[in-house]
Amino acid sequence: MRYAYFPGCSAESTARDMHQSTLAVARALGIDLVEPKGWTCCGATAGHQTDHFLAVSLPAANMAKVQDLKLDMVVNCAACFNRMKVANHEIAAQPDLRKRVGEALERDYDGSVKVRHFLEVLLDDVGLKAISRALKHPLNGLKVACYYGCLLVRPPKVMKFDDPENPTSLDRLVKAMGGQSLDWPCKVECCGGGLSLSRTDVVVQLSNSILDMASRAGADCIAVSCPLCQVNLDLRQQDIHKQTGRNYHIPIVYITQLLGLCLGLRPDALGFRKLMVPASTVLERVAAN
Amino acid sequence: MPLTIKKNRTGPGLKDAVEKMCGAAMALCFQCKKCSSGCPMAKLAKSRPSEIMRQLHLGAGNELLASDLVWTCASCETCSARCPMGIDVAAVIDALRKLAIERGAPKPAGNVPLFNRAFLRTVEMFGRSYEIGMVAAYKFGTGKWMDDTEKFPTMLKKGKLALLPPRGADRKTVARIFKQSKQNQGPCA
Repeated sequence: MRYAYFPGCSAESTARDMHQSTLAVARALGIDLVEPKGWTCCGATAGHQTDHFLAVSLPAANMAKVQDLKLDMVVNCAACFNRMKVANHEIAAQPDLRKRVGEALERDYDGSVKVRHFLEVLLDDVGLKAISRALKHPLNGLKVACYYGCLLVRPPKVMKFDDPENPTSLDRLVKAMGGQSLDWPCKVECCGGGLSLSRTDVVVQLSNSILDMASRAGADCIAVSCPLCQVNLDLRQQDIHKQTGRNYHIPIVYITQLLGLCLGLRPDALGFRKLMVPASTVLERVAAN
Repeated sequence: MPLTIKKNRTGPGLKDAVEKMCGAAMALCFQCKKCSSGCPMAKLAKSRPSEIMRQLHLGAGNELLASDLVWTCASCETCSARCPMGIDVAAVIDALRKLAIERGAPKPAGNVPLFNRAFLRTVEMFGRSYEIGMVAAYKFGTGKWMDDTEKFPTMLKKGKLALLPPRGADRKTVARIFKQSKQNQGPCA
């Protein structure tokens, strides 16, 4: 299994743990990931809130590079994944846009590179059976609230990722790892995303309601697959504590970190130390098997 | 929120400009309010997506660009995903944001446009976003230096923030994209 892997800008800063654990898990499962040389930012939320052409061309520049590699593109950041798929959708449907993007890239790009989320590779290409066989330390009934957020599933007609209102990809993986995936109502609620710095008040309120629901469902941790969700839910627990007096202490872990632990990889190799809310309860539980 | 349109309208109605920019089929909206029911910001902002849609229908002008939802919207796209008529409401909000910048609407709380500019500026310079540079530019612009600073030492220690700007990106292509985007937008962007 060989793919072009697009890390995304946050892989070099706030989501190094996501990047590190993705690479480690891929290596352990025999997935070969090739980074396209010179990859650039997808424009993220700021891009599409500013200019449509920018929002389509920035992702296209990367997909054009991947086209040369003749591989499917694998993305683990939900935001990059979203921007790539939306750009593909629009370029393929609008010849005039394709032409203008082609002028900026100085090459034609037709919107045909297949973009897949790392979760899809784990579930569809590797398969739950193979993952179950590779497990060294199961999650031992760990109660996990699986949180998908917005960008993996919306807009559904473009993303075509799982059920947009009640996705189960993360849940199926958690169950296969021996964890207990919780039934809870905030799977696809919004954490405030890119408003983390500009409207911290909004992010604190939205994250608070998600954390509150996870806590009521009895979650030992929340599993995520998006760096924006991870940072908001993890970092903002301090602010919620200061503003409301509520201290959740719920670790927010990437699904690749959990999977890495189950595959017997060392917590340090999976970036566990980078979490703001320490995941010691999770680590102890898994190590206890 | 009261829907006062005619008396306070400034400039021509925005509906045609918005439709042209985003291609959303706004005439299909029959005010079922499903967008507002699912909007995570409906409780936090003064205006709601269905109200924005109605105001556009009724001929609202530039005054609509000062609605707080225009910049409080986090682009979660729940409105677009759930619209029974398939209207891309989130794209309507994106179009309003662009018009707000082009027409010099008042700065919103938190100054999201400044944040977006600071973010994209680092992308234009380095080919990838550079958090510390972006945060510094944003804080310089807002003057709120102290917000979140208590978290930086821990984040740096944990390697959650990169000190040095990103390297290795294909900056030439990115520069061409930005150049063309600015040309498309004309002199005011």
